[in-house]
Amino acid sequence: MGPLTLIALIAGLSLFGFFLGRWKSIAMAGSGAPLHSRPNHYGSFVLVWTAVPALVVLTLLVIARPLILDQTIRSHLPSDIVTSGDVSLAISGVEQVADGLKAVTPDEYENIHLGVVSARRIFADHGIPLGGDVSPYQLTAAIAANDTERLITLTTTTAVVGALALGLFLAFIRIKPRLRARNSVERVVLTLLIAASTVAILTTVGIVLSLLFQALQFFSMVSPINFYFGTVWDPRFAAAGSSESGQFGILPLAWGTAYISLFALLVAVPIGLLSAIYMAEYASPKVRAISKPTLEILAGIPTIVYGFFALVTVGPMIRDYLALPLGLGNSGNNVVTAGVVMGIMIIPYVSSLSDDIITAVPRAMREGSLGLGATRSETIKRVVLPAALPGIVGAILLAASRAIGETMIVVLAAGVAANLSANPFAEMTTITVKIVNQLTGDLEFTSPQTLVAFALGITLFVITLGLNVIALTIVRKYREQYE
Amino acid sequence: MSEVQTPAPFKTSRTPDAAPRPTKVLTRDVKVVYGQKQALHGVSIDIPEKSVTAFIGPSGCGKSTFLRCINRMNDTIVGARVDGTIELDGVSIWEPSLDVVELRARVGMVFQKPNPFPKSIFENVAYGPRIHGLARSKADLEEIVITSLQKASLYNEVKDRLDEPGTGLSGGQQQRLCIARAIAVSPEVILMDEPCSALDPIATAKVEELIDELRANYTIVIVTHSMQQAARVSQRTAFFHLGHLIEEGPTDHIFTNPLEQRTQDYITGRFG
Amino acid sequence: MTEASAALPAAQATVVRKIDIGLQRRYRAERRFRAYGIVALSIGIACVVMLFSSIVSRGYTAFEQTRVTLLVDFDPKVIAPNGDRSPDAVMSGDAFRFDELISTALQKTLDIEPDDEDGLYDALDLLSKGSTPMLRKLIADKPSLIGTRSAVDFYATGDVDAFIKGTIHADVPESQRNIKDRHIKLIDRLENTGTMHLAFNTGLFTFGASSRPELAGVGVAAVGSFMMMLVVLTLSLPLGVAGSIYLEEFAPKNRWTDLIEVNINNLAAVPSIVYGMLGLAVFINFMHLPRSASLVGGLVLTLTTLPTIIITTRAALKAVPPSIREAGLGIGASKMQTVFHHVLPLAVPGILTGTIIGLAHALGETAPLLMIGMKAFVVNYPTTPFDPATSLPTQIFMWATEPERAFSERTSAAIMILLAFLLAMNSIAIILRRAFERRW
Repeated sequence: MGPLTLIALIAGLSLFGFFLGRWKSIAMAGSGAPLHSRPNHYGSFVLVWTAVPALVVLTLLVIARPLILDQTIRSHLPSDIVTSGDVSLAISGVEQVADGLKAVTPDEYENIHLGVVSARRIFADHGIPLGGDVSPYQLTAAIAANDTERLITLTTTTAVVGALALGLFLAFIRIKPRLRARNSVERVVLTLLIAASTVAILTTVGIVLSLLFQALQFFSMVSPINFYFGTVWDPRFAAAGSSESGQFGILPLAWGTAYISLFALLVAVPIGLLSAIYMAEYASPKVRAISKPTLEILAGIPTIVYGFFALVTVGPMIRDYLALPLGLGNSGNNVVTAGVVMGIMIIPYVSSLSDDIITAVPRAMREGSLGLGATRSETIKRVVLPAALPGIVGAILLAASRAIGETMIVVLAAGVAANLSANPFAEMTTITVKIVNQLTGDLEFTSPQTLVAFALGITLFVITLGLNVIALTIVRKYREQYE
Repeated sequence: MSEVQTPAPFKTSRTPDAAPRPTKVLTRDVKVVYGQKQALHGVSIDIPEKSVTAFIGPSGCGKSTFLRCINRMNDTIVGARVDGTIELDGVSIWEPSLDVVELRARVGMVFQKPNPFPKSIFENVAYGPRIHGLARSKADLEEIVITSLQKASLYNEVKDRLDEPGTGLSGGQQQRLCIARAIAVSPEVILMDEPCSALDPIATAKVEELIDELRANYTIVIVTHSMQQAARVSQRTAFFHLGHLIEEGPTDHIFTNPLEQRTQDYITGRFG
Repeated sequence: MTEASAALPAAQATVVRKIDIGLQRRYRAERRFRAYGIVALSIGIACVVMLFSSIVSRGYTAFEQTRVTLLVDFDPKVIAPNGDRSPDAVMSGDAFRFDELISTALQKTLDIEPDDEDGLYDALDLLSKGSTPMLRKLIADKPSLIGTRSAVDFYATGDVDAFIKGTIHADVPESQRNIKDRHIKLIDRLENTGTMHLAFNTGLFTFGASSRPELAGVGVAAVGSFMMMLVVLTLSLPLGVAGSIYLEEFAPKNRWTDLIEVNINNLAAVPSIVYGMLGLAVFINFMHLPRSASLVGGLVLTLTTLPTIIITTRAALKAVPPSIREAGLGIGASKMQTVFHHVLPLAVPGILTGTIIGLAHALGETAPLLMIGMKAFVVNYPTTPFDPATSLPTQIFMWATEPERAFSERTSAAIMILLAFLLAMNSIAIILRRAFERRW
């Protein structure tokens, strides 16, 4: 039976178990015994103990299946292939043959076995094209693989059916009036809830492991020193089999990222912070009610929209009115364009968080200052802002982390040339742009040209993670102070 | 205890409670620690069956904390640790065979602020019987709801609007709804944590009257900050101060002839 | 200040000097500070306005499209030379016979002499290269047309469309524009007879990717996005809610739960492109799921959305007052029963609001989808989550880099469509929040 049939069987039997358990508990209650839990709990008790062990068995065997098959095929490969290194290619070749063998009739199988007809021809009759003819090792390996597969399928079916029957039987006979069915079911539900809450941790672990694994492969080809201190980014193209590896210096990319983020902060911090101050301290409730959500619209707009805006509106404007007259550049794709648009994007991150932080400053502090005869702006500058400073710094760091990790705006508006230049109207590129460049198109997970993206990725992850941890700690400490 | 006891007439309590009743809840040396702070320092008290016992004392004296030990509501507070012996009908409430849920079904609770579920009046009362499987049929359930509302003297006021949300009732009605909700699971003991503190005098009078009626069938423990209320509704009174049980006895004794100076001071309004 | 005090008697002057605390200067500073705030806020709002007006002014024209209505003679001799009028017969055989139908119709409409080949080619230049397959499909779908004479709407090419809409100007030197003077003459004639006209662009909503702008639309991309949203919803809502319930209602306060908490807050701020790399490494390279499939896109977006949903769900659960929990526990409901019967239902509006906002974010997410290859040229509607699909934002990205003016217009239109979806989702979220807002 296939996994889907087994799942259906599990679903059906556990549902049956639910009604069985329910029925038994009602019958027991009818004979006068006071029940610990409600009949539905007894039903769920049987359901859980029928389904869970069977599902666990099924999951384990489904995961084990490809690993065992892989091992079987591997053990049948001739030693010259194992040493030549093209193992994965050989394995997929055998898998193809194994698939083909499943389609043939016993007579045809006999013919192939005797070598009367070539397997390739018979497979072709069944609509399975093969690249070349089947070599003897492939045939034996494929037969062994198919045998193992049948065995695994049989084992899986037996194990799942056994687990189902055993679970159902044991759970059913355990039903007694004093059985704490509810507690037992609730423990299972709690386990599920805990499992769900660990998905977040698993995501982080997954990110770190997957990036690290590929990045380490990259560092085995290119030394980390060349990567982190190289000033030239020239990866070349990933031509198959070419030994040319190019140069992978991250510094131009890091500089571009930093330069663009700096421009973004130059735009976003004054606008965001002053807007937040105005909205929190001066604006009438009416103005606030309109302006706050209006600014927050900016946070809801997808970054691809900003990218397009930069590409078709801001870029040409900056080229025609700033870069060309100043004689500093002739392209709309430059640091200023990307920085300005990114700045617009992060205005709401600065303004919203700063607004929250400023309004969290206790009223008493403001009144203390106003009561001494300070004007409002003096109160803000001398009392409110200093008190809110750590929180605002946190907000700015969070915004900076956004800017560093932002992708679509820079992909469309910053350019692709890796430059180490101080000219803000020069084309520059960032870490994220290069990740996109290296990972779109044909991928080869063995070439440094592809793997370098993961080294860039883990670097980006570590930088943003560091900024976030610092920012969130500052903001949290700040909040606790006034709670 | 002094040997001379003045046989004062029962002026305070509405109905005299002559014969000594069997103990329903027994506690010995109950201590509660919240984190670092000790909230109760060894409380021992016997709460008699089918009567009203009032806990009085200034705020923060531990009376509510002690009340919440009896149905293990303190379990829900992080960092709270309870030691000592608490027995319900001679069985420890921490006995492994006694489920906390079962305990709370037997020892109901009414809280300081009325907290009806944001559901209809009917659903509020029906919820308990439903989860405990007390009703065999829909008609059964309806009967339980109606009797509970009647016992809580609320039925006549709400009989035409059982489908309306319980949160739409007045404060006093909400509190009686909460009492009806507690009664509906047929508890043996009802714990009331300052049930009238959020109510106006008229609603308070109604709830007090109700408590007096319920005494016939339930063991009631009430925490109150109002000495008059304790005097009006209870048969026995216990005075708590700074986490200690100072004195406990028949209500009229406590109010007319307390043994301890601190009780005297509190009752006469010198502190608290 | 000083002048005024000088005019006063000496005794009073000292008093005045005492309270002379630079009020004018300070009020000027006050006004300046206030003005900075107003200016900053206005710039912020101006950015919003500029962004939207830039998109709308570029994109609104794409909702109309130039059509050419020709009276086509569905000649059975041409369409079904061997008399077989079945759809299969129409779809097989020589494609040029349908060209002939169009040419004949054009010759009649524009009075082109049958032997004037250049004239005919100039006229054919105006029609989309997709006209022939379109006509063929039309006949196959409706064989009753054969033998009749009826009007058929053909698409004009993207360049003609741009010319009609005025984005290609006639005063540019002829060599620099795709529409030549001889085309303009024909266009004028077609326009004057009403044969060439603007009509609502339904194709924008139904077509898929195409290298010809007049035949490109966001329909296929929208279906891909919709499928991904379904995957995201079915995975992230149950997972996020279950995880939040544990963390908020059951979890003990210890280092482990602290770690989860910090971790979730950080995940919410991890650059989305990193999630895309995770998807590429795990789902495609390790688990061998198909590239460009909406299932993989949905899985990646689920991971990006989960932190948002967990954070908002926890806030919604926290907002349910503890008295509700006490009430449930007080009548002997178990903790699990209290949470699922009372607390969770009360938190539902907040959870839904958070989920919708999370979905809206996921809908606009582009970078992680590029990583898993959803930047594909997809012409056909995906039918299962395993089919190659593309999404609205990646479609926009692909169009954004096309040089043709007609694509630029469509990019803006596609952005408007995307923003309309986001606006609708956010409005629903706001309405939900208003409708169920509960003050305790």
